[in-house]
Amino acid sequence: MKRILQILIPLVLMLNMASPAQSQLRISVEDGLREPLPIAFAPFIAKSGSSAGMGQNLADVAIADLESSRLFRAIDPTAFIQTPAAAAIAPRFSDWRQINAQALITGTVGGEPDGRIRVEFRLWDVLGESQLVGQAYVTQKENWRRVSHLVADTIYKWLTGEKGYFDTRVVYVAESGAADRKIKRLAIMDQDGANHSYLTSGRNLVLTPRFSPSRQEITYMSYAGRRPRVRILNVDTNQDETLGPIDGMTFAPRFSPDGEKLLFSAEQRGNSDVFVLDLRSRKRVRLTNHPAIDTSPSFSPNQREVVFNSDRGGSPQLYVMASDGTNARRISFGGGRYATPVWSPRGDLIAFTKIEGGRFGIGVMRSDGSNERMLSQSYFEESPTWAPNGRVIMFFRRTPTDRQGRGGKSRLFIVDVAGGEPREIKTPGDASDPAWSPLSP
Amino acid sequence: MKLKNLAIIGIALLMSACAATNDQAASSGSASGASGDSAKSQMSRDVSTSSSSAYAPGSQEELQESIGDRVFFDTDRYDLSAEAQAIAGSWADWMKKHQNVQIEIEGHADERGTREYNLALGARRANAVKDFLTSLGVQANRVSTVSYGTERPEALGSNEEAWSKNRRSVAVVR
Repeated sequence: MKRILQILIPLVLMLNMASPAQSQLRISVEDGLREPLPIAFAPFIAKSGSSAGMGQNLADVAIADLESSRLFRAIDPTAFIQTPAAAAIAPRFSDWRQINAQALITGTVGGEPDGRIRVEFRLWDVLGESQLVGQAYVTQKENWRRVSHLVADTIYKWLTGEKGYFDTRVVYVAESGAADRKIKRLAIMDQDGANHSYLTSGRNLVLTPRFSPSRQEITYMSYAGRRPRVRILNVDTNQDETLGPIDGMTFAPRFSPDGEKLLFSAEQRGNSDVFVLDLRSRKRVRLTNHPAIDTSPSFSPNQREVVFNSDRGGSPQLYVMASDGTNARRISFGGGRYATPVWSPRGDLIAFTKIEGGRFGIGVMRSDGSNERMLSQSYFEESPTWAPNGRVIMFFRRTPTDRQGRGGKSRLFIVDVAGGEPREIKTPGDASDPAWSPLSP
Repeated sequence: MKLKNLAIIGIALLMSACAATNDQAASSGSASGASGDSAKSQMSRDVSTSSSSAYAPGSQEELQESIGDRVFFDTDRYDLSAEAQAIAGSWADWMKKHQNVQIEIEGHADERGTREYNLALGARRANAVKDFLTSLGVQANRVSTVSYGTERPEALGSNEEAWSKNRRSVAVVR
């Protein structure tokens, strides 16, 4: 499971470069319905025989990333006037203006004497006729997709002013087998679905995996030994442990933003409350003590507050409390039932599942419950998870099942928090419970 | 529960006639008031026992045939209806008769809720039954509980009939 990028050297290729904040070429991520920015992404030019063929692949992966955000549209390369090889040396900006490119990306890929590859790319402001950024990456050949994601993240950051999210992974539950006896395995993949692999065998039912923000760890729930308990799995070492002796079911785990604590629900004599575990001292503190169901806790980014799901008011709703468990107050008042609140990494919004009129939807609201907006709706969907930049939400949808168990297809989707149609993320089979990783270190 | 037992008897008769395909058994089940699917799954589960007239005392089969192994709940609820109390009361009598029997109560939910809430709801439903049994004098250490949330549906289909069958607690002899 190791994903080692041996060397990653960002190089400044030109002096007197603008900073992202100074760039004139800028698109806003706030309006999800705007026209995508037309960009010309030239295939990277191979500088050695060993890197032949990689240039197109490098460009294709980065283009797919950028287009998946719906903020960018790559211009068909057959429209290009200047050749990519010539543009990689010196762009003739009038040629790119003529095909309406706002930004131009050029690059090269070559082999190093030690067998690694060196990828250089430049992002150009076509109207401003200037280079915005140039970087070089040296890495093992098998890491080429990661280079593409880093290139896409850099472009995204320069053109939107927001951090990228393409050099990330997703852990989720891969489902197979009969509808009433589903086999569920933890699976991990790059955010675009590549480099897919399984983390568990399927022998035990597993649910709700979530990444640690600071370590190569995933917390999840497993029915190992027919005892449903929260576990923590290290994806580098495969070490896998339970949370220690707790009577009753533990579930709904989620790491704190600093990775030092774990929120979860524990059930005792049928009643579920929210607890927090200090992962160093192993000290466990009860945060709620209520005869209603309290579950699905999620910290605010500053870890001063916790949002959670409770039916203490008669139906499942969202509540926010201080991180010591005091001052719990309801924030969801839009009608219908609410569940699975997840605080945005930016802190501004809380994503949730809403059940109303027999349909399920994913929405966001401010942390005081105001400005509720629905982003998606279908027969069944839940489990929102934030991209680390807080701009995109992934979730899963399931279609209805007929009496023979047909249908019930479960798939992952992403949606921009600003709006727009949700887009499917391809998985080898049925998929549920996605969780986005932090940006890779 | 009576309807279900009728359906099972109907299937058993078909089985003994040695002429039943799955489809015939399913349509027979429907005629008796159960859905084709539940009749089918009942058949596959009961095949080994339905030809026998006597069940081992204290066995899962005896519990299932003499009382029924499950009770049902309303949406998002975990209180026991009068019908559920009657069945769980019979479980308590049965456990007192078979003092060596240990049971596990499984709590289940339908698919119309989120996964984590349904895990909590299943735990509530399992423990509501356990609490009822212990209130009738069954020793608490003879009854364990487990929630499967929405993970192990009994009836397939995205309709109220299937959902009502899946909002259940099931007694399993350990």
